[in-house]
Order: sequence, then structure tokens, then C-alpha cells
Amino acid sequence: MSAVVADQHSAQRLVRELPASDAVWCSGLRKRYGRQVAVADVSLTVARGEVLGLLGPNGAGKTSVIKMLLGLVRPDAGEAILLGRPARDPRSRANVGYLPELFRYQHWLTATEVLALHVRLAGADVPAAEQRECLAAVGLARRAGDRVGGFSKGMQQRLGLAVALVARPQLVILDEPTSALDPVGRADIRSLLLSLKNSGVAVLLNSHLIGEVERVCDRVVILDRGCVASSGTLQELLGQRELKLELGGVTGAASERLATAGRLSRTGNTYTVALPADQDATTVPNLVADLVRFGVHVHAVETTRISLEDRLLDILRSGSER
Amino acid sequence: MSARIPLTVAAMTLREAVRRRVVWAVTAMTVVLLSLSAWGFQRIGAELDTLTSGEARLVASQVLNVVLFGLSLIAALGTTFLAGPSLAGEIESGMALALLARPLRRSDVLLGKWLGLAAFGTTFVTVAGLSQLLIVRITTGYWPPSPMTGLALLATQTTVLLTLALLLATAVSPMASGIVAVGLFGATWIAGVVGGVGESLGNQGVARVGTVSRMLLPTDGLWRGAMQAFQDRGALTQMGAEFDGFPFLSEAPLTLAYLTWVLTWTCVVAAITTMSFARRDL
Repeated sequence: MSAVVADQHSAQRLVRELPASDAVWCSGLRKRYGRQVAVADVSLTVARGEVLGLLGPNGAGKTSVIKMLLGLVRPDAGEAILLGRPARDPRSRANVGYLPELFRYQHWLTATEVLALHVRLAGADVPAAEQRECLAAVGLARRAGDRVGGFSKGMQQRLGLAVALVARPQLVILDEPTSALDPVGRADIRSLLLSLKNSGVAVLLNSHLIGEVERVCDRVVILDRGCVASSGTLQELLGQRELKLELGGVTGAASERLATAGRLSRTGNTYTVALPADQDATTVPNLVADLVRFGVHVHAVETTRISLEDRLLDILRSGSER
Repeated sequence: MSARIPLTVAAMTLREAVRRRVVWAVTAMTVVLLSLSAWGFQRIGAELDTLTSGEARLVASQVLNVVLFGLSLIAALGTTFLAGPSLAGEIESGMALALLARPLRRSDVLLGKWLGLAAFGTTFVTVAGLSQLLIVRITTGYWPPSPMTGLALLATQTTVLLTLALLLATAVSPMASGIVAVGLFGATWIAGVVGGVGESLGNQGVARVGTVSRMLLPTDGLWRGAMQAFQDRGALTQMGAEFDGFPFLSEAPLTLAYLTWVLTWTCVVAAITTMSFARRDL
């Protein structure tokens, strides 16, 4: 008997010592609505404490992916795991907060009552004072006792954020969290996201606001036409620099030399070279020296960092050309 | 299975009924109906002195059935038009997204909605029905033979209709679900009247219309059982063969087999609703 108990204890210790699973893991998610393929093949992960940005044009399948993760839409194929449990198990959502793109709450309830309802549905034990703090964190402290029916769109979105955060989630999924907010509200949400990040809460953020994603996300997944077009850390995606050169008298040999430096494009006399992330400090001076040796007239040289917006557009354009 | 989610959702549904003023609208309609019936029964009471005691009971019980039909219609309208927005409306508006992303089963949410609506319908039927019975007792002295059975059958009728309304709400828009449910309720009652006429004429084909409709949607069958419980025991013999097929006269109490069918029907429709809601993409 004691041997069995000892075995159980050692098994429990082994399980405890296992590394924590990802906050989100999904593989091969697929969804079709009638003839329309919304999600063709999406696999992604969000590590614990990581902020992942989901980017892509309208209709790329971002919201459908989020809804499949949350069990709101049934995937045609693929698997998903939230916080170590299969997404089809409702218990997987016990520590998940969600702000939907279409945020509507019971307009016959007060803001306080909406939060209390969600705390009860989540099965969490959150004292009333903490719920009030949550409303205060999104700027709704003074409207706590008002019916939601009288709230503006922006206030409803703030309430939605409080609903997502009230049950002490380990994973927060935000679908366009600032779509109805003014610039001050957007700044507030950014601060809130950064504080979530600092407290180790994983965040999956779907936003059209690239600047917002760039400021708070550790990693980005870009979706296009239901597939992952690109993914990586901001360092990987934005590490590239662009070299713009105003040149005259470019010979065939000079063109070949330019192409060896990186992907080359040309508009008139302006040559643009996308420099690889691993380029060293001598790449640009060496290229310019070689061009001069080939007899090319170098009028201007400018290196710029590729913005996430440029990178996103580049990925989406190259995808549509395929 | 934890009762936390169904009870939370049931409480939310009842609060919705109160806050969205469905309760007040239904109460206002009921007060108007009860006031009119109190005035009418008082006038009838004055006339009853000229009738024999049997005739007086007959008149009171028949008018009572007519008024209670009005009350059952209010209960049907109230619950179905609450069931539609409560489920289909939440899906359509996006309100269901945040709610169903919580760690809960959709079947528990559905059970909670059903419990809340059933509590609303049952409370209404009991309070309004008992008030009506007391009005009749005070004004005419008539007290039905089985009032509790009658009220229980009226409450079951409301529950059956709201079960259908919830099924429709998982598939169509809030307004469509309410209109279709109330339309089917009315159509079944009319089919029951047609069936009664068929029976009185000895036309089995027409009579079958009522039988089939009572099987497809048991609201009319339950209504007839409730009428039987409220009407005077001697009504059938007193009214005679010329009143066969009269829509506010019930010829026989409900059988155990029919009540079993009502239970089976409700369970089957509830199961289909659960499956339909569980498979629905939001």
C-alpha cells in the first residue's frame, strides 16, 4: 500500500516538474463556411507570458481562428490546446479572458452586475472590491452602477476589457480591443497590455493598428487568405534594413553586384536593396565601393529600417503575386 | 454536473424579464383582462339568479374557460417573445460571444434559459389563473372541480411552447422564432377546433386533423385537459349533442398515455435544441 502511495507521489512530482505548456497551441486549423474557406491551415503557439500579435488583411481568418480556439466555432480540421487542455473541453477556458470584436453586453444590467455575472460563470472567487478595481482600471469606476444600455460604444469596449480581465486570467484574447476607442483610450489599453505582459499573462492580440502591435507584442503571426503568411519575433521580422541608392550609369555587372547584397527593386534611378537581418557593418560601405569601381555614379545612399507596416504589405503583396 | 451555470443563467433570464419590462407589460395586460372579467362576471352573477343552479354553474364555467384562454394566450406571447430575444437575440447581437467563451457547456446555458423562462411562465399562470378563479368564486360562487390540475396543465402548455420557441431561437432570428412559435400555437388551436367539428359531424378525416395537431404540438391537447379541469362536471350532459365541437368545452380528461407523450415530446425537442445549439457557429 505504501509503495503505491509513494509511486503516486513521485508521479505527481514528475507532472509538477514538467515545463508549463504553451498558453495556446493549435495545429492545422481549418474552417469553411459554405464554399468560402475562412481558415485554410493555421498553426500557431503563444507561450506563457508572451504577447502575440495576429495581423492580416480583412477576411484573412483572424477572428475565425480566435473563435475556434475559444470553442465558439467548430473547426473542420485541426487541433487546439489552451493552457494545457484541449480547446473542445470547456474547462480549458477557465483561466481565459476574451474581448470579442463584436462586444455587446447585457444592456439591462449595470457594469458591476455584468462583471459579477462573468465572475460567477467563470467559477472564480473574486471579491467585489477587486471587481471594482477592475472597472477602475479600464476607466469605468464612476459608471459602475449605471446600466450598460446607456454606455457609448467606447465605454462598452472598456467594459468588455474589464470582463476579459476580471476572473484573473492566465491568457487574454483580445479581438480588435481599441476599435471603438479614442487616442487616450488606445494609450490606456497599451499601458494595460504592457502591465499584463509584466505580470506574466499571455496575450493573443488581433489588431489592425500595426503601431500598437509593434509597441506591445513579442511575436507576430501574419495571416493571409486563411494561412500563416509569416511569423516570427519583431526582431526577426523587423531586423531587416532597406538600402536606397540613387545611381547613374549602372552596368550589368553593377546590377549583379547589387543583387548579391539582397532582394533588389528599381524605380527609375532609385535602387532599393532589402538587406538581410544578418548583415554586418561593412556590407553597405563595401557595396558602395564596388559600385564606384564599376564606374557607377552614386548620387545618394540611405539605409532605413523596414517598418512592420512595410513588412506586412510586402508579405501580403508577395503572397498575392504567387 | 454542477447546477451553478444553469441557476446563474436562469436568474439572469428572470432578471432580464423584469428589467426589460416584459413582466410589467404582461402584468398590465393581465390586470386589464382580470378587471374586465371581474366586471363581466359581476354582471353575469346578477343574471344568474334567474337560472337554475346547474345552468348558473355551466355559464360561469364556460365564461371562465374563455377568459383563461385569454390568459394562456398572454402567457404564450410573453414567454415566446422573451425566449426569442433571450437566445437568438444574444447570438445575433454578439452578446453570446463573451458569455459562451466562459468555461461552460452550451447545454447548461440552454437549461438555465429554459428554467428561467419556465419559472416565469409558471409563476404568471399560477398567479393570474388563481386570481381569475377567485374573481369567479367571489362574483358567481363557482369553483372549478380540479383547479390545481387545470393550472398545472396551463403551466405545462406554456412550458411546451417555450421549449419550441427555444428550438426555433437556435436556428432563426429572434422575431421569426417568436412569430413562428405563436403562429403554430394558434394554428394548433384552430386545428383542434376543426377536429372537434369533424368529430361532431362524424367525419373521421376532419376529426383526425385535431388528433394529429395535438400530437405534433401538444399545446392544444393540454389546453383541452385544463378546460376539463375548470369546467363544471355536468356541462357535457347539460349542453347536449348540439354543442359537440364547441371550442370551450372539453369532452374528456387527458389520458396518462397523452401526458407521457407530452413529456417525451418536450424531452425530444429539448434534445434537438441542445444539439442544434451545440453545433451552431457563433
